Amino acid sequence: MLEGVKESKGEKIFNIVNIILLAVITFVMLYPLIFVVFASVSDPKLVYEHPLLTHPLGFTLDNYKDVYANKDIWLGYRNTIFYAVLYTVVSIALTIMAAYPLSKSDFYGRRFFTIFIVFTMFFSGGLIPSYLVNKKLGLVNSIWALILPGAISTYNVIITRTYFQTRIPKELEEAAEIDGCGILQTLFKIVLPLSTPIIAVMVLFNVVGQWNSYFTAMIYLDDRSKFPLQLFLREILIKNDVSKLMDGAVKMDRGAFESMMKRDGIKYAVVVVSSIPILILYPLLSKFFKEGIMVGSIKG
Amino acid sequence: MMWNLRKKDSSHEHWSDVKKSIIKNRALYFMFLPVIVYYILFCYWPMYGIVIAFKDFDPSVGIFASKWVGFAHFTRFFKSYYFVRLLKNTIGISVYSLIVGLPFPILLALMFNEIKKKYFRTTLQAISYAPNFLSTVIVVGILMFFVSPDGGIFNTIRAMLGKDTVNYLTEPKYFWHLYVWTGIWQAVGWNSVIYSAAMSGIDESQYEAAVIDGANKFQRIWNVTIPGILPTMVIVFIMSLGGVMSIGYEKIYLMQNDLNLQTSEVISTYVYKSGLLGAEYSFSTAVGLFNNIINFIVLILANKFSKKVGETSLW
Repeated sequence: MLEGVKESKGEKIFNIVNIILLAVITFVMLYPLIFVVFASVSDPKLVYEHPLLTHPLGFTLDNYKDVYANKDIWLGYRNTIFYAVLYTVVSIALTIMAAYPLSKSDFYGRRFFTIFIVFTMFFSGGLIPSYLVNKKLGLVNSIWALILPGAISTYNVIITRTYFQTRIPKELEEAAEIDGCGILQTLFKIVLPLSTPIIAVMVLFNVVGQWNSYFTAMIYLDDRSKFPLQLFLREILIKNDVSKLMDGAVKMDRGAFESMMKRDGIKYAVVVVSSIPILILYPLLSKFFKEGIMVGSIKG
Repeated sequence: MMWNLRKKDSSHEHWSDVKKSIIKNRALYFMFLPVIVYYILFCYWPMYGIVIAFKDFDPSVGIFASKWVGFAHFTRFFKSYYFVRLLKNTIGISVYSLIVGLPFPILLALMFNEIKKKYFRTTLQAISYAPNFLSTVIVVGILMFFVSPDGGIFNTIRAMLGKDTVNYLTEPKYFWHLYVWTGIWQAVGWNSVIYSAAMSGIDESQYEAAVIDGANKFQRIWNVTIPGILPTMVIVFIMSLGGVMSIGYEKIYLMQNDLNLQTSEVISTYVYKSGLLGAEYSFSTAVGLFNNIINFIVLILANKFSKKVGETSLW
């Protein structure tokens, strides 16, 4: 930060304490995930008896084998990947198609169109009217209910528009025009290649958003074969647990106990299996975050 | 500025100029057309659908032909025995989240800011916002691992300390705390990034001037860093206030059960249950509209307030 300023003894101690505190905080934040990873490779009975895990107990890969054999998980995984890719393509295409015209100062009607879309950020129809509209459009129990209604985020459009306005030099676009490029050519050859940071960030958030969402799928999809991963996760992690909670301290026979342990083991493994892709993806794209956020906060 | 429709662009003085510009830019209009269709279909049509809050909506005859009932649904909602409870839970959980959620990301960003080695700092920060990328289902699932009365970590610790078991998820008094603090766990790392970005935008020379004036580290933080990120704090605060009435109902819905409804039922979950599960379309739309309007008013008030107190505002 500051070059050549000699640190006082007090400041040196401060720095050490700071790092220790941060390490402790980061560890505490991470412990739930560490616990789940350890538990997923442990014997569920041992985890049940000694939950305060500092390392895996009774190392076993059986939990993962059970997950591997679970057809629902595979189905959910396949569906979610498909929805995430489809949604990202549709959303980014539409967002760019909205932001690019709005970023051109000679686009007649620009102010009107901007207000037209920004108004929707402050006021919306709400859950029920949206559901009724989607029903009229035939989207109930259709995959497209997960893709179309939420396809454009006005917030993203504004950020992308600002990016186009501030990061793409006008001289480049004008030069392209002189060289005989039409609007589409300018967009694809010049503007988009220069927009990789903002597109990368949007891709990440679109994929993560689709990957993690459950509510829209829950209210629109009846067909189990179309369920995304999160709906199956909800069944495994939450709905079962709720009935367990409600029954209180149940006196179980050995068979019920065994199957409950097996279910617990699957739960830990399933959490790991469904979170790994995102947890691997986000660090790779994290270097684009700061830039994306800076652009967003300039115009806000 | 945005609202000034009357002001003409200098390049569009005459209608002939406008025609020329539209023809030249026709690709832009074709590009924008699907966008307009999208907003009309999925934003403005549902907005029109709000009118059923004032009618007795009958799906078989459609919106236009349904009977008008005025404010009957609103009256029913306000007079209901659960109205106060819903309002209390909705506002209470929101305010609790807001107040607790404000200082921690800032503190974390300040701590990160003091780490000199860039590689170390960005790595630690990236680890701290990992929970942000977990799904709501997973977060609630992990919560259940910890609070379960049967083999959960919290109750195991309680047993070790000689205390008896607590069923955290079925006792109403714990709901707010569980909701808010899992939210902090998930968001604090990510929210600190916004402040980190703001901090990196503070001019170095301000720190140097402070050092020359004899300021120690804490004084530098208080007098340079904090004022430097004050605009960001205000914007973040306003935007959080904007979500006050529509708090993460997805997570609340997963954490709800029949035994904790007294503290866990909020307006948005009630709208879902009465509207989609109970098929009371008009009534739940009225409740949802009430929600939106309160939201909107809070947003406007917050913006006015911040204009008076600081110099920043959303608009």
